[in-house]
Amino acid sequence: MKTGSLLQATVLIGAIALATASFAQKKYDPGATDTEIKIGSIMPYSGPASAYGQIGKLHMAYFQKINDEGGINGRKIKLLSVDDGYSPPKAVEMARRLVEQDEVLFIFQSLGTPSNSAIHKYMNAKKVPHLFVATGATKWGDPKDFPWTMGWQPNYQTEGRIYAKDILATRPNAKIAVLYQNDDYGKDLLKGLKDGLGDKAGRLIVAEATYEVSDPTVDSQIVSLKGSGADVLINIATPKFAALAIRKVHDIGWKPVHYLNNVSASVGSVLVPAGLDKSVGLITVAYQKDALDTQWANDPGMKEFVAFMAKYLPDGKLSDALNAYGYSVAQTLVQVFKQCGNDLTRANIMRQAASLKDFQLPLLLPGIKINTSPTDFYPIESLQLQRFDGKQWVLFGKVIE
Amino acid sequence: MAALPTDSATARRNQWLGLALVVLLAAVLPFFLSNYRVFQLTLVLAYAIVLLGLNMLTGYNGQISLGHGAFYAIGAYTAAILMDKFGVPYWLTLPAAAAVCLVAGFLFGLPALRLEGLYLALATFALGVALPQLLKYKHFEHWTGGVQGIVIIKPDAPFGLPVNADQWLYLFTLGVAALMFILGVNLLRGRIGRALVAIRDQPIAAEAMGVDISLYKALTFGVSAMYTGVGGALGAIAVQFVAPDSFTIFLSIAFLVGIVVGGLASVSGAIYGALFIQFVPNIADQISKAAPWAIYGVFLIACMFLMPGGIAQVVGGAWQRLRRKPGKSV
Repeated sequence: MKTGSLLQATVLIGAIALATASFAQKKYDPGATDTEIKIGSIMPYSGPASAYGQIGKLHMAYFQKINDEGGINGRKIKLLSVDDGYSPPKAVEMARRLVEQDEVLFIFQSLGTPSNSAIHKYMNAKKVPHLFVATGATKWGDPKDFPWTMGWQPNYQTEGRIYAKDILATRPNAKIAVLYQNDDYGKDLLKGLKDGLGDKAGRLIVAEATYEVSDPTVDSQIVSLKGSGADVLINIATPKFAALAIRKVHDIGWKPVHYLNNVSASVGSVLVPAGLDKSVGLITVAYQKDALDTQWANDPGMKEFVAFMAKYLPDGKLSDALNAYGYSVAQTLVQVFKQCGNDLTRANIMRQAASLKDFQLPLLLPGIKINTSPTDFYPIESLQLQRFDGKQWVLFGKVIE
Repeated sequence: MAALPTDSATARRNQWLGLALVVLLAAVLPFFLSNYRVFQLTLVLAYAIVLLGLNMLTGYNGQISLGHGAFYAIGAYTAAILMDKFGVPYWLTLPAAAAVCLVAGFLFGLPALRLEGLYLALATFALGVALPQLLKYKHFEHWTGGVQGIVIIKPDAPFGLPVNADQWLYLFTLGVAALMFILGVNLLRGRIGRALVAIRDQPIAAEAMGVDISLYKALTFGVSAMYTGVGGALGAIAVQFVAPDSFTIFLSIAFLVGIVVGGLASVSGAIYGALFIQFVPNIADQISKAAPWAIYGVFLIACMFLMPGGIAQVVGGAWQRLRRKPGKSV
């Protein structure tokens, strides 16, 4: 076995060496040429999470804009965005297709914790960058064990810790009720909250309730959480359930201090359906500007985004926060390409992605910067608390790391 | 029209020869294809085993199951847990997955016997819907890894064989699939197969002939689940990952689609069905990103209209016509 695979490996390395040598310069890995950078992405265009497919559509539109403007250092970006239907086995198949058959330079923004978990080991074994994965799980920032994988957005545990910090500072004797989605995302955020509360967690958290994404409502969970006598509610729910919970809390006359997780902080897709009057006083953390928020109406970054949307993605809704999200991630990638210059090897892609310094984006809140290093694979780690006043989110306090 | 015994013996010999040829062709295939294609074909083989099992239940025995994804998951998790937590070699996990699923299927089959047709379909549907959530259950989490699932390591080729891990896994899966198909064909050709069809078509007559209907039905459920479990274990080893999200209810539906498109009550139909469920979604995605499922639906409707008896019937018919051409009178 050993000699066999060794021989094969030798032949393979020989073939690769020949292939790369024929490009004359040794600054390209598969997928990159003088005229093109070919990258892959795995998105749930079909299946239960197909709403997130919007991010992939936005990426294609944004790279179209970059290509129309001449590309990066004369190279056009070619994005092969494929569908995995939010199914882990399909994600493995698609990752192998992109890497082995289409020979992309790397995989960008593959979406969903289960799908990314399924390809985590494969990407690292193949030494192909698995860049800016679209999930907030905490495990993507582990450069020691997985040097080819990096997340992008603030991770859920950071968010949970920030809520804990705020509760300890403002209501040290709070009675906390938690509603969370029964999956890795819900549990990750809850873990951050408990870690942040430290040894007080057991005393302060008086009730926990879960729901499944297939549940029709969360009414009974809200009623039982109210019954616990809690005066603080942590709402760890995805948009549909968050809206249902906000409405139910109001309708049964419960008036807790209501922390709403960032996943569902969109005014257009959560608070409007829940009822703006019922949303007054909600607290959340943010790192992005909300496109529907009037305070950003004259912000130059926002204006640019609105113009981009009108020209390149007229079907996309500004109210969908996924568009702003995809826009910012795509811009981060463009920055990585710029830093790479003419050295478009996989190793250099990771090196540059891990050396973003105080990089600011037009759609991130003022004061929030992207920082990475060879030991810090969490691009965005700072967040700011904000409260809903019935019309818009009002930032308060300082940017929290 | 009963064929003469000699004819049937020749036909049978020809069929075995044909089968051997197909297996031989399949065995050299990985040496001409990229590893990615080899991986896809490994999944096709795993699905084919599942579809053969489901076909025994639905095609031959007439019991509709909308929950075979659950048995697939049980097989996959059995393999993953044994490999990850107990360091069991991958090939030993297959008999374990088979045994666990046989028992699970038999036990589920016993009460399900009281249900017929659509009612059974609903009961199995419930199983398919419930299982992914049970896998997340707090007290199983230690074993199942909860929502995070379990990552398993791909086996290398043994005995210093000059094939890579993908090729080896394909060949291994091919061997298992060939074994399962031979067992399946023998089972379905003999007394048991006739009893299954008799129960499907004329339950009262079958009972009068001395067929123990409830035992046969429960056993069929068990064997069908066993095949599915073996397929699930092979699929998990190929994908190297299991998680509750891998086994949504859509998987169960896809299996049912596979046997109907491939051909109900047909052994070769399992292979065509497996090719369909593996490749058609990819083709659909390449045609349209905006509505891949609409394209999938079009493919499905086209299949049903053009090949109402399944792909196996069309292929079988074409084969018969080809053989008759040389002027051999029947």
